[in-house]
Amino acid sequence: MSTDPPGTFDIDRPWQVDPRVSLRPEPFGALLYHFGTRRLSFLKNQRVLAVVRSLADHPSARAACAAAGVTEAELPAYTRALSALADSKMISERRAA
Amino acid sequence: MTLTPEASAPGKLTDLFQLGLDAPICLTWELTYACNLSCVHCLSSSGRRDPAELTTDECKQVIDTLERMQVFYVNIGGGEPTVRSDFWELVDYATAHHVGVKFSTNGVKITSEVAARLAASDYVDVQISLDGATAAVNDAVRGAGSYATAMRAMENLYSAGFRGFKLSVVMTRQNIPQLDAFKAIADRFGAQLRLTRLRPSGRGADVWHDLHPTAEQQRELYDWLVAHGEQVLTGDSFFHLSAYGSALPGLNLCGAGRVVCLIDPVGDVYACPFAIHENFLAGNIRHPGGFETVWRSSSLFASLRAPDTGGACRSCGFYDSCRGGCMAAKFFTGLPLDGPDPECVQGYGAAALAAAPTSTPRPSVDHSHRKVPVTIGRRRPPDRSCDENPLAGLAERH
Repeated sequence: MSTDPPGTFDIDRPWQVDPRVSLRPEPFGALLYHFGTRRLSFLKNQRVLAVVRSLADHPSARAACAAAGVTEAELPAYTRALSALADSKMISERRAA
Repeated sequence: MTLTPEASAPGKLTDLFQLGLDAPICLTWELTYACNLSCVHCLSSSGRRDPAELTTDECKQVIDTLERMQVFYVNIGGGEPTVRSDFWELVDYATAHHVGVKFSTNGVKITSEVAARLAASDYVDVQISLDGATAAVNDAVRGAGSYATAMRAMENLYSAGFRGFKLSVVMTRQNIPQLDAFKAIADRFGAQLRLTRLRPSGRGADVWHDLHPTAEQQRELYDWLVAHGEQVLTGDSFFHLSAYGSALPGLNLCGAGRVVCLIDPVGDVYACPFAIHENFLAGNIRHPGGFETVWRSSSLFASLRAPDTGGACRSCGFYDSCRGGCMAAKFFTGLPLDGPDPECVQGYGAAALAAAPTSTPRPSVDHSHRKVPVTIGRRRPPDRSCDENPLAGLAERH
């Protein structure tokens, strides 16, 4: 689990959906529920869902965004969304084993 | 019982939820009508076990369904769920199948051994019910000795290292002056305070007029909740108070049949835990198709997911804040469902109550212990000095 304080999301680091989060696809995107914090959050479109789901397959969040077709112009909005998910612990940084 | 999750996402999500989801976010599952207590305001009129309660295997099938539907967690209640001999087996089965468990208890079975076991799991949360910050206020509602039982359970959880369990309080006229004292108890045990609304449901219908907060107390509660923000949970049950001004944290929406529902001990599915009445019965999980079919195909749930018209409240400037309040509170106080909540903070509820029919709907099922329940406040003297009938005095009750 990431113990970083809020506001430390780094798009060039490797990320993953936190192991204690359950992600449920919905027609509008997805719902996420964190069993540790017992909080609910949501992803508001299919593309952000694609990014979040593939985080673990890429060396960085930036690479996951690129693979999902996020353009440079769109990147700030996706960075904000991922940053919010990191603050609420829905995604966490992958550490070397 | 929590009606809706303590959601952190405001705004647009409410509009999506309004029309319902393919699966509930969470649901309330009352495992048994059996209870060691006889709380005067029990939502489910619990007391005695129903012989038709779901078997262990049937409960596991329900859990399998919830796993398939990706229901995040269940709020297990009762009755007192821990008195079921298979309770821990079912908790373990649910968590092993990725269905989180939050259970409500009066604490009767939370020994130090049980507490240690609970403290070890991320997927189990515990909610201890306490309705008074002092034994006098609590035991008048929940019965003699229930304060001591709850305090012992919290002590055991705290000693076992369980942090962040919930201290759950139903707000009444008698305990609203104790808000700070409840917070102090929660802080002492490393717990999070959860305050919920008194509903006129189940046996609550009999005591609602004596127990529900006054208008001044509702304002006091609202201000207290605003001051404490997200530190204090509410199960999003006070959205009718949003008509005072700014919305409280969480989903300000009635989730009944849209994002939550209730499964009762015999497998009946109701729109919400506060609406155990045939008018809100959507189906039974024992019927073909099980819970999934009830959730997706019930005509009752379809009607609850239709866009609100607002009815008599539509012209009120606060409708978008409170959305007319709680369906169950209206129903069991005899008010029309498309009008104001009986505790409408703009005062429309009081006027509607004055004009409401004197006979209100009764719960469809009652498993109360066959004995005189705890009475509020001071017991009244015998009706006549020679009165020996054990039912004496009951006729005077509402």
